[in-house]
Amino acid sequence: MLQTTNIKTLDKVVVRFSGDSGDGMQLAGNIFSNVSAGEGNEISTFPDYPAEIRAPQGSLSGVSGFQVSIGKGVHTPGDAADVLVAMNPAALKTNLKHLKPTGIIICDSDSFRPADLKKAEYKTDDPIAELGIDTKRVMLVPMSTLLKSTLADSGMDAKAIAKCKNMLALGIVCWLFDRPVESVLHKLQAKFAKKPAIYEANAKVVQAGWDYGHNTHSSMPTYRIETAQAEPGTYVDVNGNTATAWGLIMASEKSGRPLFLGSYPITPATDILHELAKRKDLGVKACQMEDEIAGICSAIGASYAGHLAVTSTSGPGLALKGEALGLAVMAELPLVLIDVQRGGPSTGLPTKTEQTDLMQALYGRNGESPLCVVAAASPTDCFTMAFEAARIAIEHMTPVILLTDAFIANGSSAWRVPEESDYPEIHPNYVTPEMLEKGWRPFDRDEESLVRYWAIPGLDKAMHRVGGLEKDYKTSVISTDGANHELMVKTRREKIARIADSIPEINVAGDTSSDTILVGWGGTYGHLFTATEELNASGTPVAFAQFRYINPLPKNALEMLRGYKNIIVAELNTGMFADYLQMHLPGKEILRINKVEGQPFMVSEIVEGVKNHLKA
Amino acid sequence: MATEQTNNPQYTAADYKNSQTARWCPGCGDHAILNVLHKAMARLGVAPKDTVVVSGIGCSSRLPYYMNTYGMHTIHGRAAAIATGVKTARPDLTVWQISGDGDGLAIGGNHFIHALRRNIDINILLFNNKIYGLTKGQYSPTSERGTVSKSSPYGTTEDPFVPAELCFGARGNFFARSFDIALDTTQEVMVAAARHKGASVVEVLQNCVIFNNGIHSFMSDKEQRADHTIHLRHGEKMLFGKNNEKGIVQDGFGLKAVVVGEDGYTMDDVLVHDAHSEDYYLQMQLAMMDGHRLPMAIGVIRDVNTETYDQAVSRQVDEVKHRKNYANLRDMILRTSESWEVK
Repeated sequence: MLQTTNIKTLDKVVVRFSGDSGDGMQLAGNIFSNVSAGEGNEISTFPDYPAEIRAPQGSLSGVSGFQVSIGKGVHTPGDAADVLVAMNPAALKTNLKHLKPTGIIICDSDSFRPADLKKAEYKTDDPIAELGIDTKRVMLVPMSTLLKSTLADSGMDAKAIAKCKNMLALGIVCWLFDRPVESVLHKLQAKFAKKPAIYEANAKVVQAGWDYGHNTHSSMPTYRIETAQAEPGTYVDVNGNTATAWGLIMASEKSGRPLFLGSYPITPATDILHELAKRKDLGVKACQMEDEIAGICSAIGASYAGHLAVTSTSGPGLALKGEALGLAVMAELPLVLIDVQRGGPSTGLPTKTEQTDLMQALYGRNGESPLCVVAAASPTDCFTMAFEAARIAIEHMTPVILLTDAFIANGSSAWRVPEESDYPEIHPNYVTPEMLEKGWRPFDRDEESLVRYWAIPGLDKAMHRVGGLEKDYKTSVISTDGANHELMVKTRREKIARIADSIPEINVAGDTSSDTILVGWGGTYGHLFTATEELNASGTPVAFAQFRYINPLPKNALEMLRGYKNIIVAELNTGMFADYLQMHLPGKEILRINKVEGQPFMVSEIVEGVKNHLKA
Repeated sequence: MATEQTNNPQYTAADYKNSQTARWCPGCGDHAILNVLHKAMARLGVAPKDTVVVSGIGCSSRLPYYMNTYGMHTIHGRAAAIATGVKTARPDLTVWQISGDGDGLAIGGNHFIHALRRNIDINILLFNNKIYGLTKGQYSPTSERGTVSKSSPYGTTEDPFVPAELCFGARGNFFARSFDIALDTTQEVMVAAARHKGASVVEVLQNCVIFNNGIHSFMSDKEQRADHTIHLRHGEKMLFGKNNEKGIVQDGFGLKAVVVGEDGYTMDDVLVHDAHSEDYYLQMQLAMMDGHRLPMAIGVIRDVNTETYDQAVSRQVDEVKHRKNYANLRDMILRTSESWEVK
C-alpha cells in the first residue's frame, strides 16, 4: 500500500484517532470531520472515551478514541478503520483491533520510550514487532521531535508544546486525505478566537504535519474521497445531544410555549443541559437542580405553569424519576423526558452505549402508568424526534420519553439546518372561553383523542387542582371508587393508544419482496441500514424497518410484520424490543441478534447474524 | 409577589375557598391554618387566578384541594422542587408550598434546603406536628429524642431537626413561626412571608389530635403562652410574660431571660429585635429558644431581601437575549456554527 505514487479514489474511508484521554483526540477528530463535511463528504463520527477524565497517562485504561467515516453512502462510523492514528504505545495496543487488516498506522515513534512501553505492558522494546504488525503498513513519525523544532521559537514551555501534538497528527491525516489546511486553520481560529498565541502555535503545527507528510512520504498514495449529492441548503455538523436540544427549541417556537429544562448532570446526557443553558439567548430557562428528582419535578411545575417542560437524563436518572413520571401521567401534563441510554445496570458503563432502558421506559413505574415512548435513529434524527416528543407531549397532554443513546448522542453527522417551514405548527389543546362558560372541569376530554384541556395559571375562571390521586371521570374530583378507577386506567391507556392516529406509518426499506425482515429501533439505524444494503448486494434479500415510535407502535406496524416469514430483531440488549413485539405478535416466531458490549453493532455482526438465522 | 394589591381589598377569604369540605380529623390544627390562609390571601389581594398552591404528601398536603386557586397535590417530599419549577417558569405567579415535617424535612429535606439556598420566591408553610399522621403515627424528623411512637415503641434513638436551624444552615433569608391556634400571629407571619421576596419558611406548630395530642401545649395553651413564648417584632424590645415584665438579654455568647428591674437588669439591657440583619447569629439563637429555659420565639425572626432565583434567571435570560439578539433557532445556528452551503 505504501509503495506506489498516486491518488486513489475511495467511496468512503474510516479514520480512528487514538491517544491518552488528555491528548486531544476528540478535538483532532472533530476538526477532521468538520473539514471533511465542508468538502462535501457525508460523515459519521463515534467518540469512544473512558469514564475517567484523566486516567493515568500512558496506561491502557486511559486511551481515548475518536472514529470517523467520511465519503458517500456513510451511515455508520465504520466497523474498522482504514487509518489508525496512535499517539502512544498504549493507544496502539488497545486500538489495533479496530484497524482493518489492510489498514495503515500513523504513530509517534518518540513515544516508544521504555517507561511508556512498560506502562502499556509491552514485554519488548519493539511494539510494532511485538504486536506482529507489518512494518510496511506503519508510518513512524517522530512527533515530539518535530513538534519541538516547529515551536522552538515560540517561547512556549515543554508542557504547552506537548499539548499541540494532536494538531501534528491532524496535519498528517489532512495531507493523507487531501484536506485543505486552510479549512483546518479556519476551525482553529474559531476555537482559539480569544487566545491568538495558542492559535498561532496550533496553526504552525498543523502546517508542519501536512508538510511532513507531503515531503517525507511523497511516495505514498493520498486519497480523494467521493462526495455525496445532498439536498440543497445550509449544513452544519451536529451531534445527537445538540440536535436534541435544538429540536426542543424548534418545538418551543412552533408551539408558542416557552422552553424549560430541569436537569442534573449525568453522563452521557449532560451536553443537552450544556446546550440549553447557553440558549438563554433564545429565552430558554435551563435549570441545574439539586438532583434527578428535582430535575423532573421542577419540569412538572413548569409544565403546569404553561411551559414546554423537559428533563434530560440517562438510565440511573430515569430510575430516580419514575415516581414523578407517574405524577405527570396521572395529572396528564405535557412533559418530555430524554434518556440518553448508557451501559447498565447501576453505574454500569457510563460512557458506553446500550439500548437497555426500553423496558424501564415502558414499564418502570408503579401502577398502570402508560406513556408515549419514542426513539431517535441517528444524531441528526435526534432533532426530529425531540421535536416529535414535544409535539406529542403538548398535543396529547402526556409525558413522552425520548430514548437516544451514548452512540448517537456523541456521534455526529452533517445536518441541513431546517427552514422555519420544514416543521409543522404544534397546537396545544387549550381550554376555550366557551368551555369555561359552560362549566369546565380539569379532566374533561376531547372525545376523539381523549386528551384533556390545558388551562394555564393566570387564566381567570379556570382555577383547578391537579394531583396524584385518582379522580372521578365525570366531576374531576378525587375519588376512590373502584369502577371509576378502572374506567380512568382504561381511559389513560386508550389516550396513549390513540396517539397512533397522529404519527407516521412505518416505512419498509431494502428488498420488501423478501420473506425476511430485519428490524431495529432507535440508534442502531445506520448499522442496520448498511447491513441491509450489504445483504441485498450479496444475494441475501432482506427487507428492513427501523422503529422510532415504540409506544404506541405505528398503526401499520403489526400487520406489516405479520407479512414476513422471518422477523429478525437486532438490538443492543438481550432482546427487549423483540419481547415487546412478541407480546403484540403472539404465536409469531421472532428471531434475535443481540449485543451488550457497550459498543455499537458492527455491520459485519448483523450481516453474519442474519445469514446464520436464515441458514438455521 | 408581582401582582400584590395590598391597598385594594377586592377579595374576601371566600374567594380563596372552594366548595370541598376539608377532610381532616375534627380538632386537627390544619383546619385553623387553612382558614387563616384564606384570610391572609384576601389581605394580600393576589387574585386566585395568579396564585398556585403546591403540596407534597401527608395530612397537611391535602390543603390545595380546599383552595379556589390553582393547585397541585403532588408526590411525597417534592413540593419544593415542583414549586421551584412553577415560580422559575412564571415569576408573575404567587406560589405557596404546603408541607409537613415529614414531607418537608425527611423525604423532602434535600429540596427544602436547596429551595432556601437558591432563594426561589416561594412561601413555604411547614406544618410541624412532630409526627406522621397520614400513615398513622410514626415519629418524624422533628420528634424529640425518646419519642415513643408506632415505629419507635421503645423511644427514638436519634435527635430531631430544628426547622429554623436547618433554614439558617441552608442560608434561608426568611423564617417565621406561629401556632395553629394563634390565629392572628399565623396570619401576620403568612402575610409577611408572602411579602418577602425570596424563599420564606413559616413554621406552624400544629397539633395532631389523634397521634401526638398536646405536643405543643406546654407553650401554646392560653395560660402557658405568655411565659413560654415571646412574640418578636422587628424594631421592638424582646419582652414577654403576662405583663411584659420579662425580657431577653445578651449573656456572654448566649441569651438569658430576665425580669426587668430585677438582678440589676433594666429596660436598656433588653434586646431589640432586628429581623433585617443580614448576620443571622442572633436570629439563630432566638429561633433556637425552645420554650423551656427560654421562651419559644414566634413571629418573624428573620426577613432579609436579596435577589431571588426566579428574578435572576429571568434577568439573565433578558440580558443574554438582548445582547445576542437572535431572531430564532435557525438564526442562532447560522450565526454560531461552522456551516457550508450545498447547491
